[in-house]
Amino acid sequence: MSAQFIAEQLLHGLGYGLMLFLMAAGLTLVFGIMDTLNLSHGSLFMLGAYLSATVHQYTDSFVTSIVVAIVGTIAVAALLEAALIRRLYSASHLVQVVATMGVIYVADDLVMMIWGEAPVMASTPAELGGPIYLMADWPYPAYRFLVLGAGLSVAALLYFLVNHSRLGMLVRAGASDRQMAELMGLRVKRIFMLVFAMGAALAGLAGSLMGPITAVQVGMGESIMIPALAVIVIGGIGSIRGALIAAVLVGVVEALGKAFGPYLLTTWFSAATTADVLPAVTSMLMFVLMIAVLMFKPRGLFPAHG
Amino acid sequence: MDTDSAKSVASIWIGCVLLGFLVGLPWLTNLLDAHYYLDLVRRTLILSIAASSLNLLVGYGGMVALGHAGFMGVGAYTVAALTHAGFNSGWWLFGTATVVSAFFAAVIGAIALRTRAVHFIMLTLACGQLLYYVGVSLRIYGSDDGYNLPAPLDLGFGLTTGDNAAFYWLVLGAALAIFAAIFHLIDSRFGIALRAVKDNEVRMTALGYPVQKIRLRTFILAGALAGLSGAFLIAHNNFVTPGVMHWTQSANFIAMLVLGGLGYRWGGVVGVVVWLFLEEFLRQITTHWHWPLGLILIAIVLIAPRGLCSLIPSTLRSRNHG
Repeated sequence: MSAQFIAEQLLHGLGYGLMLFLMAAGLTLVFGIMDTLNLSHGSLFMLGAYLSATVHQYTDSFVTSIVVAIVGTIAVAALLEAALIRRLYSASHLVQVVATMGVIYVADDLVMMIWGEAPVMASTPAELGGPIYLMADWPYPAYRFLVLGAGLSVAALLYFLVNHSRLGMLVRAGASDRQMAELMGLRVKRIFMLVFAMGAALAGLAGSLMGPITAVQVGMGESIMIPALAVIVIGGIGSIRGALIAAVLVGVVEALGKAFGPYLLTTWFSAATTADVLPAVTSMLMFVLMIAVLMFKPRGLFPAHG
Repeated sequence: MDTDSAKSVASIWIGCVLLGFLVGLPWLTNLLDAHYYLDLVRRTLILSIAASSLNLLVGYGGMVALGHAGFMGVGAYTVAALTHAGFNSGWWLFGTATVVSAFFAAVIGAIALRTRAVHFIMLTLACGQLLYYVGVSLRIYGSDDGYNLPAPLDLGFGLTTGDNAAFYWLVLGAALAIFAAIFHLIDSRFGIALRAVKDNEVRMTALGYPVQKIRLRTFILAGALAGLSGAFLIAHNNFVTPGVMHWTQSANFIAMLVLGGLGYRWGGVVGVVVWLFLEEFLRQITTHWHWPLGLILIAIVLIAPRGLCSLIPSTLRSRNHG
């Protein structure tokens, strides 16, 4: 196992972690401010992936496809917020889980009716098809590099927006104590709609970027929702900083699990057993991480509520 | 005679007719050659056991667990493992599955109950998914493809779980006994304490009640009953896959429960019956049968957030809690 291999796995993990962060950022703010658990956030991710895959196929322009995906996702999210989510703010978590499960059912079936059951091929843009050389003898897929770069710049932008702008200050005030913020004259609901739309945009962006790396298929929203929820719980609900750290942590832990798992497992198990249990074990790591963090910090690493 | 007692007499009559119908169902389906419906009712009963145990946990205990299907899987895989090892007595297998599930629930409950609210939801979800992935990695029991029972389980007296009517009556008897036990429990001292803990944990702690212990015991009981339901389910299908433990299954149970009515005695059962009926009905008319279910869930939550049972006039239903 070379150092290059490990570095490559770490970069993969970082890229995945940043995509998780894009998902978790909106989720954690919605949760932090309005105490609303929205399981259908993953459906917006799926929508972004399908929209960009289709637009890319027809226009052959990667940039257009991403813009359309983001705008489309925001439009659907605005509709969803006005029709349903708005009515769930004061409901219990349980009711929120059930209602947004209902949204997942509807969204999955609609996507299946429009795009069919078979996974849609999302192609990498032609200019980014080849590798780029990080070092003379170290090629890395250019597209993954783009994902990494996009993830890092959006994270930096978001960090600046939340921590150093007036809007961000209002958002943080809402997340740490909504009632107090309202009493001070802050229109929390209006801020929240903005946050919800922003979260949707990020989910759409993540979906369209992840499309060419993973399969664009029904159910992709549910499978990213669980890691994203784990990230916001590990990071502490309502905290952007916590979400970023937790997302990178989850991404890197999974990558390391994939890299070192085979070597560690073969010391205990036979090669055949290792092959059987490896995928399951790497999927378990995230949950083990979450359980371990909650054991010592029951409210996550950086909870936003005082 | 006043109208209240007249109505309670009416509900006793309804109960008796329903019971008679359920007991006599195998003869009826035999007569009409409609074996499929016996199968459907048996599956409904099996899932009702799990849903009722979840109702105890969520509706009466206020513990929103999103990993309950995991315990069904533990029960089912216990049966699979013991059958694989050569045991074949249904009674022993069902009993062992219940005990093993109780053990798992004790461990998971001890971990998850250290937290509250959404963190509890996420911890139970995490534990359920861990169980799911254990199931996926068990090659000896078929990994993703699942495990086929080599033969129906032996029930003694020359009967097996392959005898449709005999196994149906066994499930019916078990389900009725479990419902009765749960109803008895929620009106007992323990049940009253449990509901009080849900309403006001701080006060119950101040009054000296062992709040954590009450919660953990409820969690173990609910897990054990879900395990028994899982054991019945593998005997019913002769088959199990790790899919029964996936978090979406747990979420479905929560959805059925909210549909039926959380914290109502028959909430779990009503939810399962309506859900399975809708599923059967919608499947027959369209291949895309998920979205109407989704819309129904959303509608229920917006129109009657306390579930279908809350729509029944209160004089006709037995006392509700919640």
